[in-house]
Amino acid sequence: MAFINMRTNEVQVKIVYYGPGRGGKTSNLEYINKKFRERIKTEMVSIKTHGDRTLFFDFLPFDIGKIKGYDIKIQMYTVPGQVKYNATRKLVLKGVDGLVFVADAMAERRRHNLLSLKQLQENLAEYKKSIFKIPLILQYNKMDLKDRGVPLLSLETLEQDLNSKLKAPSYPASAITGENVVVTLKKIISVTMAAIQRELK
Amino acid sequence: MNYGIDQDRLIEIDSILREDLIEIGVDYVLMIDTAGNTIAKCDSGAHSYDVASLAALAAGNYATVDAMAKIVGEQEFSLLFHKGENVSIHFSMINEEFLLIILFGKEVSLGFLRLKVAEAIDKIRALWK
Repeated sequence: MAFINMRTNEVQVKIVYYGPGRGGKTSNLEYINKKFRERIKTEMVSIKTHGDRTLFFDFLPFDIGKIKGYDIKIQMYTVPGQVKYNATRKLVLKGVDGLVFVADAMAERRRHNLLSLKQLQENLAEYKKSIFKIPLILQYNKMDLKDRGVPLLSLETLEQDLNSKLKAPSYPASAITGENVVVTLKKIISVTMAAIQRELK
Repeated sequence: MNYGIDQDRLIEIDSILREDLIEIGVDYVLMIDTAGNTIAKCDSGAHSYDVASLAALAAGNYATVDAMAKIVGEQEFSLLFHKGENVSIHFSMINEEFLLIILFGKEVSLGFLRLKVAEAIDKIRALWK
């Protein structure tokens, strides 16, 4: 639910990176934080466990400049991926405007992707939002592992499993090397902004 | 679904925050929504904080405490307050959508602050009547 401040002409937009545990959501934000360091004025906030897993969320604010006279402030969040933290995931999803679903392309994680996506649909429904209507991008992460001999799901399988009904834009990516991380970010921003502008009319 | 607050209301909110809270010696006042967006902010000029991160964390903190209240069978925990050596943070709910976050130093007494917060919240609520 983007907040439009009519006084300062500022629009605040919430984008959430969602997906199964250890799939690379935090790594996406870390790469963006490093890549655009000079444009991000503040430190990235991470609430982690001792084992370096996301406990609540990561938060990274990102100013993208003006669109039609409005200052656009993107607020990026991740959710904790571990199954037991669904209550926390729901809290972070409150007021979400756009979603990146970071799927884990490792063959052994196939079931986790499916469960996480299904739970995302249920969690959105609790806020009366439809996974078919909200701006959404799928990212198939960990493509770099192919070179290291790790068995990966084929793009066809990932599309069939996760995107056959959603038909969302999707990208193979590597949050570690940065492959398609910025492409994913640009796409979710543009799709989300288009949706917000449609509502503004 | 987007939402906005019109300019007149935002100006009134600003003057309420300034007159009721900054004037009594509070350092920083933030009105946020429960998704973590910043609706209004006012400060005494004494400190500068990373407001976007504070808002995100405050919304998360409030939601967490609210969820804890439900688990133990409480409707809500009405006083949410973090005391520091030099800076303390006071949280209050304006309505189901909006929260008021106040940062203040040791020179402001908590009792007086709570009184002024209650007044400010009544005035902000009245803007929607």
